[in-house]
Amino acid sequence: MTSTSSLPRYTIAVSALNATDSPGPGVAVIRALRESPDFTVRIIGLSYEALEPGIYLHELVDKTYQIPYPGAGPAALLERLIYIQEREALDLIIPNFDAELPNFIRLAPQLAELGIRTFLPTLAQLEVRDKRQLRAFGETHGLLVPTGLLLHRADEVAKAGAALGYPVVVKGKFYDAVVAHTLEQAQKAFHQLQAAWGLPVIAQQFVQGREINIAGLGDGTGQLISAVPMRKLYITDKGKAWAGITLEDPALLELARQFVAATKWRGGFELELMRAPTDELYCMEINPRFPAWVYLTAAAGQNQPAALVRLALGEVVAPFEGYAVGRMFIRYAWDLITDNTEFHQISAFGEL
Amino acid sequence: MRLKKNIATSETGFVFNPATGDSFAANGLAAEIVELLKQDLPEAAIKAHLLARYEVEPTRLEKDWDDLVAQLHSHNLLD
Repeated sequence: MTSTSSLPRYTIAVSALNATDSPGPGVAVIRALRESPDFTVRIIGLSYEALEPGIYLHELVDKTYQIPYPGAGPAALLERLIYIQEREALDLIIPNFDAELPNFIRLAPQLAELGIRTFLPTLAQLEVRDKRQLRAFGETHGLLVPTGLLLHRADEVAKAGAALGYPVVVKGKFYDAVVAHTLEQAQKAFHQLQAAWGLPVIAQQFVQGREINIAGLGDGTGQLISAVPMRKLYITDKGKAWAGITLEDPALLELARQFVAATKWRGGFELELMRAPTDELYCMEINPRFPAWVYLTAAAGQNQPAALVRLALGEVVAPFEGYAVGRMFIRYAWDLITDNTEFHQISAFGEL
Repeated sequence: MRLKKNIATSETGFVFNPATGDSFAANGLAAEIVELLKQDLPEAAIKAHLLARYEVEPTRLEKDWDDLVAQLHSHNLLD
């Protein structure tokens, strides 16, 4: 057994600490990192809002800094990261929000000069799996993707509903989806999603079936390092998995391999799939980062966040083989108690 | 009739399909039959075993057998 004192220690910044009912992946990523047998970590949280629960989970997050919203652009983010770097000497940043990835990808060279590693897809890779391009990507690479239409104006909703039929799935540019059974519901969803995430909103053909997700990690050369498929057992009204179970299905692993080989994906990803009653696998979305349930990969024997750290550090990481099938996660709500002074501290000074 | 190779059974009588993530609660007799199917015993041998072990009419066994097979089929547990 290796003593933890003999292991290397890395300072790693992680974003998406919003472990709420529509959770970001940050807390799950941190849990997985803390269980690595290869290194120990000091975790720096990167937050956007003062009530992200991860900020107050001191057993997981050593210190948190607020960072500017993605809309502020890369220059504002860089300025903040330089400030953080002067105090924390980060080895690595793992950003976990779709919306923040373009800024971090653009800044990767400057961050490298500061001594901060990242392990991210390229902007081109980010683009090909975008919801707006996914169908074309599927056609090129032999993946079944439901028909989708981009909606730029409210009066386009009716036309899309007529073309795709009801129910229709109305999706935000970055997050959220609503299954609309009528034109009125679709129009309401359009306005809500436009207000939350901007235009375009996406209307997508509804596919009935079982929701299966795959958490994966690509090494950037086309090699799949890890893939763990999970079936959602309990789904919240926001469409999030509240419980799930790992599956054994070579077809799912082959799909992940196919995606990574086609894109030479670099970093974590999630394939959101729907298995139709006919057994066909539809690719509903491809998320360019680890999912919120990624801790299950560590629990099943393929610690994807820890493997990403090793890849980012330039180590050669062999593809994982095998994982525990039938391993389940059940998310739970827990009232975290803190003092208002902590809330004041992060709100007023942007650090805790 | 063959049970899928990767079907798992537990001592509590649950049958687990790792390809779909489905778990099914089986009663004692169904669990016993699934266990025998896992051992690749032929249908005739399993039925003979059941007739010898339980007080059951052959016609009743045939009916219950067909019901169980239909359920195993519908739950995607057979090859």
